[in-house]
Amino acid sequence: MDLFIEQTVSGLASGAIYACLALAVVMIYQAIDHFNFAQGEMAMFSTYIAWYLMDDAGLGLPFWIAFVVCIIVSFIGGAAIERIVFAPISDAPVLSHIIVFIALFSMFNSLAGFLFDFTPKQFETPFGHTPLIDGVISAHRAGMVVVTLIMLAMIYAFFRYTPIGLAMRAAAAAPESARLVGIRVGFMLALGWGLAAAVGSVAGMLIAPITFLTPDMMLGTLLYGFAGAVVGGLTSPLGAVIGGFLVGILENWMGTFIVGSQLKLTVALVLIIVVLLVKPAGLLGRVVVKRV
Amino acid sequence: MALLEIKGLKAYYGQIEALHGFDMDLEEGEITAVLGANGAGKTTTLRAICGMVKASGTITVEGENVVGMSTEAIVARHKIAHVPEGRGTFVRVSTEENLRLGAFTRRDKEIEKDYERVYHYFPRLKERRNQQAGTLSGGEQQMLAVGRALMLRPKIMLLDEPSFGLAPIITEELFKILGKINKEEGVSMLVVEQNANLALEISKDAYLLETGNVAMTGPADKIMDDEQVRKSYLGY
Repeated sequence: MDLFIEQTVSGLASGAIYACLALAVVMIYQAIDHFNFAQGEMAMFSTYIAWYLMDDAGLGLPFWIAFVVCIIVSFIGGAAIERIVFAPISDAPVLSHIIVFIALFSMFNSLAGFLFDFTPKQFETPFGHTPLIDGVISAHRAGMVVVTLIMLAMIYAFFRYTPIGLAMRAAAAAPESARLVGIRVGFMLALGWGLAAAVGSVAGMLIAPITFLTPDMMLGTLLYGFAGAVVGGLTSPLGAVIGGFLVGILENWMGTFIVGSQLKLTVALVLIIVVLLVKPAGLLGRVVVKRV
Repeated sequence: MALLEIKGLKAYYGQIEALHGFDMDLEEGEITAVLGANGAGKTTTLRAICGMVKASGTITVEGENVVGMSTEAIVARHKIAHVPEGRGTFVRVSTEENLRLGAFTRRDKEIEKDYERVYHYFPRLKERRNQQAGTLSGGEQQMLAVGRALMLRPKIMLLDEPSFGLAPIITEELFKILGKINKEEGVSMLVVEQNANLALEISKDAYLLETGNVAMTGPADKIMDDEQVRKSYLGY
């Protein structure tokens, strides 16, 4: 029973990270109808920036200042990627988008290795690794969940209650109507990319103390994030968040009690396939009917 | 000088010229009807005014040429509200959020008050204010589209087939309200319609488009009496 509780709680903690990535992926999917395969690598690169800000060989800033600066830099970087790379190809076919995502993926991956070398680095945590409740959860994992929940609540409030948030939703859902009420759709798309990159950077900074910082740290994590997005429904940000947490818990249960930890990642992929076969719209997603 | 003055308007979809260089005026405070068969260029004309298709010639609003300006700038600067074909509802957000979006470019403090103005013309929308807009009926969504346009406090309203897909009785009610909005709010309107009868009834002037050119123009009652127009567009 203890093991069950421990695995559930630690699943929640990794689920928090998957929820962040799932949310970032869904935010961009809502706006441009494509999966951003480079979301994980962008988050990884952001984490290196945070590391550089904190490390004594870098700027040596305290954790929370580096945390905030990294979020801001990631936001600007994400918005710039949209303006520079994706705005010019917005009318291009799906395959062009996929090629550009893959290009971004390998660019960020090699750039991180080139700038910061490939050896794993320790990443500081402000919470410490001591157990918070003995045998159940460490202080850092608890911190992960709390930080994630605070951020998700802020994002929810932003989209739900501010005029800019409303305009971003409108621009993503109906760009033409949005322009007709005077919304600068391109600007809103860039904001969306910025936000997604910022959310991803938080995920990166939270998981790096556990996985160590390497250019490949986000590979598996992004797959779990995709699984979370698919489980929750690609058309529902709330669904994606719930999906992310579910995937985290399921991953641990399956890994501990059924398939063993070697096949954990397979669980995520099987989950994607099963959901797509049984309920393609996901838990909270809706079936989108397109008029032709 | 007219509030909206179009001179030598040409519009293009890629290489294809859809409008071939005509003139059109909308006088301040008036309703002008734009009639014509499918493919005559009615929708393209409205889209050109809003900067949503590539155009040449001049479109002068309050003395300024808007050809080449971005849609967002035209909307914000000249208070032109476009009620698009198919209504352009933001389906995933509530009725009232749709109205809020109509006022997106406004920075004044009266936005809350203007919800009530819209509800005064369309009481049904008030009942539906918190409902997701995609679940409204076709007629309600058309009212919402007009209400959203009203939230801009527009000088000019461009209406693209407001009767599209509506039951005759709802269409009639809608046109009555459009007439009322024109009088009470002083909004000038350019109305594109297949339902020529209704459009001509509330309009002072009318244009008849044929394959990208103005085939006929004049006071609405004169156009209504023209035998050719009656046969082709009014059906009696």
